[in-house]
Amino acid sequence: MDVLAIIRIAMRALARNKLRSSLTMLGIIIGVGAVIAMVSVGQGAQQQAQQQIAAMGSNMLFVGSGTVTRGGMRMGWGATKTLIYDDMVAIQRECPAVSAAAPGSQSSAQVVFENDNWATQLSGTEPQYFSIRTWLFQEGASFSQDDVETAANVAVIGETVRKNLFGATDPIGETVRINNLPFKVVGVLAAKGTSAAMGNDQDDIIIVPITTLQKKITGQNWLRWIVVSAVSREASYTAQQQITALLRDRHRIRSGQDDDFMVRNLADMADLADQQAQLFTVLLASIASISLLVGGIGIMNIMLVSVTERTREIGIRMAIGATEVDVQQQFLIEAVVLSLVGGAIGIAFGLAASYVITQTLQWPVLVSPAAILAAVVFSMAVGIFFGFYPARKAARLDPIEALRYE
Amino acid sequence: MATLSQPATRGTAGSHDRAVIRVEDVHKYYDLGETRVHALRGVSVAIERGEFVAIMGASGSGKSTFMNIMGCLDKPTSGRYLLEEIEVSGLTKKELAAIRNRKIGFVFQGFNLLSRTTAQENVELPTLYAQISKEEGQKRAKDALELVGLGDRMLHFPSQLSGGQQQRVAIARALVNQPSILLADEPTGNLDSRTSVEIMEVFQKLNDDGLTIVLVTHEGDVAQFAKRSIQFRDGTIRRDEAIQNRPVASEVLKNLPTLED
Repeated sequence: MDVLAIIRIAMRALARNKLRSSLTMLGIIIGVGAVIAMVSVGQGAQQQAQQQIAAMGSNMLFVGSGTVTRGGMRMGWGATKTLIYDDMVAIQRECPAVSAAAPGSQSSAQVVFENDNWATQLSGTEPQYFSIRTWLFQEGASFSQDDVETAANVAVIGETVRKNLFGATDPIGETVRINNLPFKVVGVLAAKGTSAAMGNDQDDIIIVPITTLQKKITGQNWLRWIVVSAVSREASYTAQQQITALLRDRHRIRSGQDDDFMVRNLADMADLADQQAQLFTVLLASIASISLLVGGIGIMNIMLVSVTERTREIGIRMAIGATEVDVQQQFLIEAVVLSLVGGAIGIAFGLAASYVITQTLQWPVLVSPAAILAAVVFSMAVGIFFGFYPARKAARLDPIEALRYE
Repeated sequence: MATLSQPATRGTAGSHDRAVIRVEDVHKYYDLGETRVHALRGVSVAIERGEFVAIMGASGSGKSTFMNIMGCLDKPTSGRYLLEEIEVSGLTKKELAAIRNRKIGFVFQGFNLLSRTTAQENVELPTLYAQISKEEGQKRAKDALELVGLGDRMLHFPSQLSGGQQQRVAIARALVNQPSILLADEPTGNLDSRTSVEIMEVFQKLNDDGLTIVLVTHEGDVAQFAKRSIQFRDGTIRRDEAIQNRPVASEVLKNLPTLED
């Protein structure tokens, strides 16, 4: 008996019980829909994390001042005072894998403009910081190297600060007060959004020349960090090794002793963020798969009921010449048709759900063809797996008994 | 009524001893736990082409078991069964299914049509399992339904047909693959007496056209329409004789009042 005829018979059998067939399919529809929607959300998050890290500059390395132990108490990162401006100059000059470096120091500050005030992070650096981090300006520009030399009272603000202090006012040329010192706003940074790798609002920041911060506000002459740009993404590992060797030498750390600084490679962080997003996707998909499994069990349940109910039909078919294989194929194809049609509707449902998630929650969603293909294959597999036992049960019926069945 | 070509009408000359069905010393036991039921105790019979045999007997006489064996739904415990000179007891399940499909047409007491399936589709069903093309299957189903006088009810569902009409659909289904033999198991058991005679009229007509028919019944007046009667009792054949003064169903119908309400 050819497969087309069997499919026709299966479709007809399913059409005879429309309500039951659609309720059975509902399990698969929800399962496949959930898998598609969840995988799309997960992959959207993954893509966003990658984009954000790329936006941070994937060649970037981050050198931070290290930890120190004082009287048995470990002070955490940023506690040492050994990272200094000359280290930055040396990194730039002596590490061939490094193309640029910018020093940094930071503090927190209460920023006041007219009647508004806002607590934010205050960073001090040099102009090349913005190019290393590939951070663009939406208005104005960076302060200049001259401003750094003269420790000028000029500031660049992030989008969050602009929104909170200025609202509709154009901030360029306005004066804000930081710790009671007047600063002229020269630039507004383009919004970067929340960092996927670190989870903080990168736009909640105000940046001034490092000399101004060190001399007029913190009074410290050591650095909290140095951002470094490697000549290429591949070179960032070499740069990491070169910087580590250079700083250990400069800080006179003997072999066997711990570093008093740390070097983070953004490529590492990108991998980490990627891994996290992947884990997130797998987690979501596995939760959604459970509903697909439940849907499959639903199919098996209904197919078993159907086999019992149609015992007489099976007997008739066998009496007029259906072989065991014919009967088994008929019920197997019914199960597969149920799961495949359910899968197709589920894909539509999942796409719709993804769209709704993007629209209402503003979450990034990435629908991948691979996920759709996997859903089709998986729902078919569910049909075959859960249809097999009922179909076998049908095929094994004794035609005499089946014909006598009331 | 159109004539359906039967294997019985083709090239059987010179083969008098070639019985359609030859059963030799067939025994059948059923093991029910401790006890063993001896349903057939050495049955031998030969049925020639073009015969119309009524198998009679009380329930438990072994006639249903014999019917199932003849229909290749069951296998004898011992003995030989040859259908058109083919030894059936050695065949696989798949081969038996093919024989049921092509060589045997079944008609049951309870009609056994698929519900919510049109008469036409019910009749087509055996052609689907016989690798016959859809067009050919549809054509044959149409011919078979016309042969049993239901050419105008092809798209009706079983629930829209009377008992007699449903049984005619079942007969058409049994004929659609042009079998060597038609096996009818209590075909009139669910029908009133007039409709029973109408069904026997169909059988007599088919038999006149050359079809071999075996009819299982416990109603003596139904068996009278056959040409030969075989009596079963306690798993053996008690009596095997030709029927004398066989009534012609179409004549009988003229004298029966029509039940119209």
